[in-house]
Amino acid sequence: MGRTLAEKVWDDHVVRRAEGEPDLLYIDLHLLHEVTSPQAFEGLRKSGRRVRRLDLTIATEDHNTPTLDIDKPIADPVSRAQLETLRKNCAEFGVRLHPLGDVEQGVVHVVGPQLGLTQPGTTVVCGDSHTSTHGAFGALAFGIGTSQVEHVLATQTLPMARPKTMAITVNGELPEGVTAKDLILAIIARIGTGGGQGYILEYRGSAIEKLSMEARMTICNMSIEAGARAGMIAPDETTFEYLKGRPHAPQGADWDAAVEYWKTLRTDDDAEFDAEVVIDASELAPFVTWGTNPGQGAPLSASVPDPASYEDPSERLAAEKALEYMGLRPGQPLRSITVDTVFVGSCTNGRIEDLRAAAEVLRGRKVADGVRMLVVPGSARVGLQAVSEGLDTVFKEAGAEWRHAGCSMCLGMNPDQLAPGERSASTSNRNFEGRQGKGGRTHLVSPQVAAATAVLGRLASPADLSDAATTPAGV
Amino acid sequence: MEAFTTHTGRAVPLRRSNVDTDQIIPAHWLKKITRDGFEDGLFEAWRKDPEFVLNRPERQGATVLVAGPDFGTGSSREHAVWALQNYGFKAVISSRFADIFRGNSLKNGLLTVVLEQPVVDRLWELTEKDPTAEITVDLERREVRAEGITAAFELDENSRWRLLNGLDDISITLQNEDAIAAYEAKRPSFKPRTLTV
Ligand code: SF4
Repeated sequence: MGRTLAEKVWDDHVVRRAEGEPDLLYIDLHLLHEVTSPQAFEGLRKSGRRVRRLDLTIATEDHNTPTLDIDKPIADPVSRAQLETLRKNCAEFGVRLHPLGDVEQGVVHVVGPQLGLTQPGTTVVCGDSHTSTHGAFGALAFGIGTSQVEHVLATQTLPMARPKTMAITVNGELPEGVTAKDLILAIIARIGTGGGQGYILEYRGSAIEKLSMEARMTICNMSIEAGARAGMIAPDETTFEYLKGRPHAPQGADWDAAVEYWKTLRTDDDAEFDAEVVIDASELAPFVTWGTNPGQGAPLSASVPDPASYEDPSERLAAEKALEYMGLRPGQPLRSITVDTVFVGSCTNGRIEDLRAAAEVLRGRKVADGVRMLVVPGSARVGLQAVSEGLDTVFKEAGAEWRHAGCSMCLGMNPDQLAPGERSASTSNRNFEGRQGKGGRTHLVSPQVAAATAVLGRLASPADLSDAATTPAGV
Repeated sequence: MEAFTTHTGRAVPLRRSNVDTDQIIPAHWLKKITRDGFEDGLFEAWRKDPEFVLNRPERQGATVLVAGPDFGTGSSREHAVWALQNYGFKAVISSRFADIFRGNSLKNGLLTVVLEQPVVDRLWELTEKDPTAEITVDLERREVRAEGITAAFELDENSRWRLLNGLDDISITLQNEDAIAAYEAKRPSFKPRTLTV
């Protein structure tokens, strides 16, 4: 019987297989950042171990870094201590680090692909659950905990039990104005936040094949929000095209050998998945979340659901709690929800195509009075690219704040946070209680919806703007 | 890692599903660079409410958390496991755990026990009615016992063996150093490198 993409990559990395034990997998690339590594380095130090493969390890700073005044000392002493700890550890052990202010600094999942380090058929790990992002290249990429970070540092391997595989087949074409973000939010709403548990997802089908690399990264990024540790997409010409010429992409004869190998990384026709979900792309619409987990979402044209409509008692209770926290009423049209803040950025939607999409909507328009909009590139390089295209000017002229690269408002670890009760439309990936700041309320959206929402001050899609433009004032 | 053989203690019934790791330990706690001192951050937002189950006097000193389905979803932070352990929990029972959380917990010696929801319901009822009721989590026999309840649970033999003996993964892996070196010797040259060495 044939094998799936995930099985092929897995099999190619088995260092040791023994009955009744997890497989010992070799790790091709280990990404580090300041939050989940200090205790791992401390463990190495205590046991007198070194980093086995410095040439497969790289670190950057992202979670704690401020996005303003990056040349000044970091105000929060605890954040500063964590960054300094990373710098000390990298210096002591010899790990390549891109600190704040460096041109290659940025959110770890934006940096890996942009350097060309993330490649098809590799295993990629990082102490961060959104490592699933790298699966967009046909890599087997998953988030790990700090004990595992230490394990990989010391051994360049991980003992892992092989997960099952699930195909998410997306046929047809996405309608105009519907993005990868809408697609993945719809997938999560469909299979639930636990639906992918124990599986590696493989996104396939004609709608996926048409997506750009960056859109594929948005999809794979949020696999974890469906409960799956990894999501993958088979590499194809789009993937090779993206990689060619990047700083760490193979060159010359190595490139040819690599491409030849990469082309074998497709699920065989006679391979079987343990589960399959089929989605018709043409039925999708811009999608937003109304609740406090990423599965609590609905098309923008819908209304806030009535918890009483859920048959499952635990889902009903979850919906009740979510509405209470979010300050929403059942039946309220999603389009009527007004926001205080709009955040464009994160490892889900902080790449150049995302910034272009948001800028396109904002060009010649203004952010609504009383709305704060933050635009935060996913990496310093993305920021430079945006500036070279004049996107920063578009954002600033619209009244948005243009910031330096980092995780920013994706999570409340740095100065960019929501105040209690504040509501945001955010292109990030988690709408958990307090995720963007204590008491903050988050609606997950695409960059296009974020920009349109900023203009109207309420959840909206770009299509609503053309209506607004042709509607006489006062109506 | 401390070995886990069998544990008996009072319980905290947590009737919530989808408890994500942001709820278990909020992000601002992640700035610490040690593995201890996370107990005050455990369920920090909910603990503001004096009625929250963890705050009730009769639950002080409890060591077994009985949670709703999909416990530990979201972020991969191992701090969630440390927070539960720092607080004093030895075992967590749920009908379903998020994969990363489960992996992290077993690596740290916090036993995560999967039981069917009807059994979890009965444990909730029992421990809500009688806060002094004790639950025994017996890893040797792979069994959870409480008054009127005996339920078998599954755990793969390898994880069980490591927990029972308190073995640390890295030393086990390093026994296979030869296999790792052999694998490295045949890795293709086109694989990416972060350094030019
Ligand atoms: S942008 Fe958000 S999700 Fe991505 S790594 Fe940073 S904090 Fe995590």
